[in-house]
Amino acid sequence: MGLRSYIIARVLLTIPMILLLLSIVFIVIRVMPGDPVALHFERRGSEEAMEEMRRSLGLDKPLYIQYFEYLGGLFRGDFGKSMQDYSPVGEQIFSAFPATLELAIFSVLIAIVVGILLGVRASRLYNSLQDHSIRAFGIIAYAIPVFFLGMILQLIFAVELGWFPTGLRTRPTMEPYGLTLYLSEPAGGLVTVLLWSFPVGLICWALCFVLLKRKRVTLWPRGFLLSLLVFFAGLILWTLATWYFMSTGALHVTTGLFTIDSLLEGNVVKFVEALKGLCLPSLTLGIVLSGVFIRLTRSNMLETLRVDYVTAARARGLKERAVVYGYALRNAFLPILTMMGLQFATLLGGAVLTETTFSWPGLGRYLVARINYRDYTAIQGAVVYFGIIVALVNLVVDIFYAYLDPRIRL
Amino acid sequence: MTLIGLAIVASIVVMTLISPWIAPSDPTAAPPVIDNPLRAPPSWEFPMGTNKLGQDMLSRVLCGGGVMLQVAVFSVLFCFLIGVPIGLLASYTGGVLDKTCSLVMDSFYAFPGLVLAITIAAMMGRGVVNMALSIAVVYVPSYYRVVRSQVLTIKELPYTEAAKATGAKGRTILLRYILPNVVPSIVVVATVNFADAILTAAGLTFVGLGVGIDVPDWGWDLTKGFELLPSGIWWVITFPGIMIVLVALGFTLIGEGLSELLNPRLEQ
Repeated sequence: MGLRSYIIARVLLTIPMILLLLSIVFIVIRVMPGDPVALHFERRGSEEAMEEMRRSLGLDKPLYIQYFEYLGGLFRGDFGKSMQDYSPVGEQIFSAFPATLELAIFSVLIAIVVGILLGVRASRLYNSLQDHSIRAFGIIAYAIPVFFLGMILQLIFAVELGWFPTGLRTRPTMEPYGLTLYLSEPAGGLVTVLLWSFPVGLICWALCFVLLKRKRVTLWPRGFLLSLLVFFAGLILWTLATWYFMSTGALHVTTGLFTIDSLLEGNVVKFVEALKGLCLPSLTLGIVLSGVFIRLTRSNMLETLRVDYVTAARARGLKERAVVYGYALRNAFLPILTMMGLQFATLLGGAVLTETTFSWPGLGRYLVARINYRDYTAIQGAVVYFGIIVALVNLVVDIFYAYLDPRIRL
Repeated sequence: MTLIGLAIVASIVVMTLISPWIAPSDPTAAPPVIDNPLRAPPSWEFPMGTNKLGQDMLSRVLCGGGVMLQVAVFSVLFCFLIGVPIGLLASYTGGVLDKTCSLVMDSFYAFPGLVLAITIAAMMGRGVVNMALSIAVVYVPSYYRVVRSQVLTIKELPYTEAAKATGAKGRTILLRYILPNVVPSIVVVATVNFADAILTAAGLTFVGLGVGIDVPDWGWDLTKGFELLPSGIWWVITFPGIMIVLVALGFTLIGEGLSELLNPRLEQ
């Protein structure tokens, strides 16, 4: 079977899966005992008010008609109307989703980088103290509730140390169209500039060390002086950039991903602000997810490191780094990729809790807020949206997997 | 590893069981009855501080495991009772039944578990059994998958063929020859599942679908402590949170140890 026919078959299989998923949600919310309208009023509403709501939301029709209306509506991108304010659920979902997407992308990146680096390290130092501590970290990361980790990080870095905004996507004033306010405060601006020039300088410094080490320049004193120079250069550059961008006004939202929006504008300061808001939530979710990746990378690497071609590569005198990352990791990567697809569902589940912890205005927080309002049409819409996204991501991962590993297509 | 896990889990279970007798004060008594300082940091009188209502956190931590452990036990039980029979029957019969069951289970499996559990719990209302059921729905597919893959292998093994040749009925083969060989892998899934169930239960409580105020519950304490977080009150969330981590850690360790015992492929 060629790649193309595999893709066609896989796409065809996704359709019944999505249909089934939509039906499951419909059954859970509409068919199973528990009338959403009655639940919404919590037995306090009058009979007329409930009738009125049923009629205006189309919930008084026979179930099978409701079912087809629901499917037809979804087909047109119509998620129905909210019980809370009768506004279209679809619009609310679409405006909330970019925040979730941004969080998801960054946490997956963190999870993969942390997971693969630590996993590879553990497998190379099999049964050593480092291996054991990395495994312990992986298991604890798996066992920690994501919102507990989020609260702890928030407590330490946002409440006590004040490095990051507490529980908002960015500083309150950097909500779109509000950045001007914050940046026009000279004192606040200067303090932030100073605070943020340090990490930037430090990164320059670290980069400098790595580069110098490669070129075998003596680390001390010439290397140290050089990195000090770069540190100050970074500081000055950053200060200049901040002063330059200070007067450029509010963030213009185009994609809804603040990091990309700010880059589209070419505004470094806004980009850093967006990253700062993103830091703790994505770190929380990333660490929790990394546990699985550490375990998977470690066990797969342990197997591939013993395979003949790795021994052969070593025997040919290749550098250890090339052997480990070029030969072994490459072949251990397929199961990791599959896991990524499967973990995407877990990721979205974790995003619901992370968003609630950090008041991150994404789809998960929308869902939780609607649960507290007992707004069942909105809940249904959000859940359906989650499900469709996961099904589509799994489809893409499977196709990518087939592309990488021709055996799958057989 | 298994032993450490067992030790953690056993001590927490024992602690929860004997907590009514060792707790220094009533964990659910509210202000008119008690007269403690509110939101007091840890001190000699209150080793883990007090919460918003002035309840002693030490007593709440000691007693708070009950709800979560009950939910986890019930949900694993439900999973077992639903997943294993369906898996056995469908994969042994094969054909259309197997295909449909697999498709249904796969769609459940691909769904974000917590989101599904939240939806079901939101529809069913509060209560230990309802919470356990909504968690069970999420994890049934993993039982089904394990059972199915095992049955498909065992079905082809010579001793099953032999049993069939001697004229054993389908039911006898399933219960006598296949089920006992599936049990070990189900036990592994179940222990890992315990950890997941506890974490999911904590998550459900956190989004506001918990069991309620009348019982001490770690998840509930975390949720309430979250509101106090901006004022830097760390003791209300830290201790219950650590307890949840410990329980989940214990079950994960048991699961890891058991699965290593079952397939020792990495042992040299």
